[in-house]
Amino acid sequence: MRALVPGRATGEVIVLEESLSFWGGYDPVSGFIIDGAHPQHGESLAGKIVVMPHGRGSSSASSVLAEALRLGTGPAGLVLDEPDQILVIGSLVARLLYGVVCPIYVGQVKEMSGETIELGEK
Amino acid sequence: MTAGMRLDEADRATLAGEAGDARRIAMELLVAVGETIGAPSLLDISSAHIDGCLYHGLAGLDFARKLAAAGGSVSVPTTLNVSSLDLLHPDLVRADPEDAERSRAQMQAYESMGCRPTWTCAPYQLPDRPRLGEQIAWGESNAIVFANSVLGARTNRYGDFLDICCALTGRAPAAGLHTDEGRRATVLVDVTVPDAWRDEELFYVGLGYVLGAIAGTAVAVIVGLDQRADEDRLRALGATAASSGAVGLFHVAGVTPEAPTAEQALGGEPPEKVVRVGAHEVETALARLGSSSESLGAVSVGTPHASLGEVESLAEMCAGRKTRVPFFVNTSRDVLDRAETSGAAGKVRGFGATFVTDTCTYITPIIGEVGGSVMTNSGKWAYYAPGNLGFEVVMGSLADCVESAVRGVAVFTGPFA
Repeated sequence: MRALVPGRATGEVIVLEESLSFWGGYDPVSGFIIDGAHPQHGESLAGKIVVMPHGRGSSSASSVLAEALRLGTGPAGLVLDEPDQILVIGSLVARLLYGVVCPIYVGQVKEMSGETIELGEK
Repeated sequence: MTAGMRLDEADRATLAGEAGDARRIAMELLVAVGETIGAPSLLDISSAHIDGCLYHGLAGLDFARKLAAAGGSVSVPTTLNVSSLDLLHPDLVRADPEDAERSRAQMQAYESMGCRPTWTCAPYQLPDRPRLGEQIAWGESNAIVFANSVLGARTNRYGDFLDICCALTGRAPAAGLHTDEGRRATVLVDVTVPDAWRDEELFYVGLGYVLGAIAGTAVAVIVGLDQRADEDRLRALGATAASSGAVGLFHVAGVTPEAPTAEQALGGEPPEKVVRVGAHEVETALARLGSSSESLGAVSVGTPHASLGEVESLAEMCAGRKTRVPFFVNTSRDVLDRAETSGAAGKVRGFGATFVTDTCTYITPIIGEVGGSVMTNSGKWAYYAPGNLGFEVVMGSLADCVESAVRGVAVFTGPFA
């Protein structure tokens, strides 16, 4: 897997069946998916390794990701099928402002849904 | 950290802090992002549009304050997106006082860095919009897709934070939609629908929803449209596609500037994917966007911000009539100013409608308790309002919105019901 934002994280894998726009789709206060059209509406991503195809929708997703990381409701790490600069900058700013590391990798871990995995090099 | 990217002397000086702390931070972030997306270098941009001025929580305010406190000032002309306050009509917004205070502080931080207080999600409606081939760094998904597709300017999908980094440095990673290769269509969308649909604004909304689902982040060329796909209709198409997918650019053969033909948009290569879209797909998309059958509680139009043409159409449709439900028209202060001069704004107010500027009814609490669903002509509003605000949505054309408001129940004048 290629690191977009390097770092280590451990968490339960949740594979999103569809891409999620953090803005309008995720509530950073409660930590739940609020996009009513999303198949995993109502699930939490807090502390999980989130696997999704790519980012989606509004370019405000970076703010919402950074805010979720500030509040502790963000994912522990992200694994994407393809690079997404909107999510990468959200993670980098959370690290810059609050020292919270949310590594982002490009790769495949789809078979691991529900398992706890460790992301990043030891 | 710059192993993968070739930086010029000025970039390296900025990175070393010679242009001040704010530009150093901005350059560090730009380089990190440029490397993740495989950009070989940075390129000059001629304008920026900042989405990050909208308050989503302390993280956005903390970042703006950090850059402003570090002496940040933009190095290219920079416009500002909507905020969560309506400065011209402050009583409209029912925001929590603490959030309102923080929103204002975030707006001020961006203004203090030299950004223009335009407060609109439709900067392409302002004078001096970017031209074909111009390199820019824009945030706000509907503005990005419009600038790329309709104007032929070149921007990647810049998010909050990255937009101000580009504005501060005047640079952007030379990758993706900034490059010829990144702008080449790889998906062909072949549209076959009843000819009269091409005169219906809702057709473009439905097609946009389908396009977003088909294309994801890929660039598509649409065949089967004609000159009736005017700017406002392409805008509706793009705004919806950028909501249901991550579409930053689409071409329309024979209509948009980089697609005289589908073959040219495809760069002479065969498409990787061909998708046929017919009446059924468009109708299904519209039904998914607006499924409510509740009674009508309110109407909201102008997402993205209504153009002067749309405000004038609305003024004609509502002449001598009265709305029975709260009716909101979102637009920019610049367009509202021009609509005041033309007289259209007065007619819209005479109908009983309320103008909302600087912000939008789906990002901030303006529409209060409503006794029923909210009708909109906007695919983007329909996509986000249920999650953001909990409203049931019903999709209608601008004409449907006016008819429904007058009668107090949802009515449909066109082929989509």
